[in-house]
Amino acid sequence: MSSFWSIWITVLTIVVIAGCFILLKIVSKNTTGVEEGESMGHSFDGIEELNNPLPKWWSYMFYLTIVFGVIYLALYPGLGNFKGFLGWSSANQSIGTENGIKADSEAAVKLAEKEGRWVQYDQEVKKADERFGPIFAAYLATPLEELVKDPEALKVGGRLFLQNCAQCHGSDARGSKGFPNLADGAWLYGGDLATIKTTIMDGRHGMMPPKGGLPIEDSELKGLTEYVVKLSGRDHDEALAAQGQGSFMKGCFACHGMDGTGNKFMGAPNLTDNAWLYGGSRGVIEQSIKNGRSGVMPAWKDVLGEEKVHVISAYVYSLSNK
Amino acid sequence: MKFNHEIVEKNIGLLGIFTVIAISFGGLVQITPLLFQKDTTEPVDGLRPYTALELEGRDIYIREGCYNCHSQMIRPLRAETERYGHYSVAGESVWDHPFQWGSKRTGPDLARVGGRYSDKWHEVHLIDPRAVVPQSNMPGFPWLAENVLDGKLTAQKIEVFRGFGVPYTQEDVDNAQKAVEGKTEMQALIAYLQSLGHALK
Repeated sequence: MSSFWSIWITVLTIVVIAGCFILLKIVSKNTTGVEEGESMGHSFDGIEELNNPLPKWWSYMFYLTIVFGVIYLALYPGLGNFKGFLGWSSANQSIGTENGIKADSEAAVKLAEKEGRWVQYDQEVKKADERFGPIFAAYLATPLEELVKDPEALKVGGRLFLQNCAQCHGSDARGSKGFPNLADGAWLYGGDLATIKTTIMDGRHGMMPPKGGLPIEDSELKGLTEYVVKLSGRDHDEALAAQGQGSFMKGCFACHGMDGTGNKFMGAPNLTDNAWLYGGSRGVIEQSIKNGRSGVMPAWKDVLGEEKVHVISAYVYSLSNK
Repeated sequence: MKFNHEIVEKNIGLLGIFTVIAISFGGLVQITPLLFQKDTTEPVDGLRPYTALELEGRDIYIREGCYNCHSQMIRPLRAETERYGHYSVAGESVWDHPFQWGSKRTGPDLARVGGRYSDKWHEVHLIDPRAVVPQSNMPGFPWLAENVLDGKLTAQKIEVFRGFGVPYTQEDVDNAQKAVEGKTEMQALIAYLQSLGHALK
């Protein structure tokens, strides 16, 4: 803050506090020339004003707030650039910007420390880091294969899951239409530990263009749907499915595989496991083929950091590998 | 000195003037200096103006009263930054007129909701929040998916924001209507939500 505004704030604040004090002093004195408790000599609708002093409790409260204000302004930042004798500050934001350093960066924390400031936010973070830092560091240092055997870690992972993942995948991790079930053992991109971690870290974008981007006529959809039903091992119309197989060979196999078991590299679903992300009824399957589907899993690397993703990965894996 | 309070008590205009003087000190000390601080008037690095569609979405956000239950202001407390990300700074809101900080959280803070969920999730959730979060008490907004924007006023809105000092170009104004015409209110609102909070990452 420039010294002009600093002086502006300081002078105005002190003048106002001093003004309050003086005003209170003046009005506490009887300057009316009328005895206390006597009439001021005017009445409105028969109601007379008496010369009563200010209530004692009220004046004392007022004096106390003035005293409080002065002490507060001495201890805490309030008077312009004066930092207060405690050196307290809620965040390191202004400490940073004054010096061209980004708020909440390591440099800002260091600078605040160097200046001997007591930054509330930094202290909170430091305290938590000291307590939880080693725990998470130890988790990260543990290979996932080991971590899934640690019930304590799985409990932590479960909490983190509820906080960050349940919004889409549900608190029981069984997902809902369009949001994968993580507990059924069916995986679009693979259910091994390393792949689960990659999926959470970097996110995924699954995309099937309408009709797979293939020259498939609307009239073929019925047959194709029937073929997909056949692939999933359910009752089907054999003749119709045979027709559909022809359409499938136009190119669906490129992603879903010749045998329909999908491709985990591109997240193309396995059509034979009877696990359905958008629903397995004929109507929905036809819709999926006709309009395509697009599903996004956001990347959590920057939001949660690798330590937490590591623990969540172990938890997610444990859901379908008991 | 004989100070006769009768003069003030019987002269309503004078009483008004003294009242204004008395209460203006707070504003002079707390508000006026902020109008001249770099911290509060300059955008943070990486801040970009809303696109035409996001701007329309922001108006829908205001129309539907989202700010009544959702704040966009992460305080510098660890409990908040753990859940929502870096605390909010004033430089992120300098192009928001008016800012959407809100003052009450019935639902979670949205200051950094951008990118946290997929577009599809927002769509499902806005139509019926309980479809994805069974415990939610947020109302559904199914009409957003049906209402289509015509974009007739979008260019004008951008001009107004340009008047506030938001660095829109003439091109932004010219293309405004085309950018939003035919889009649903749902698309606009989701675009707005997905744009929130990226400037400080």
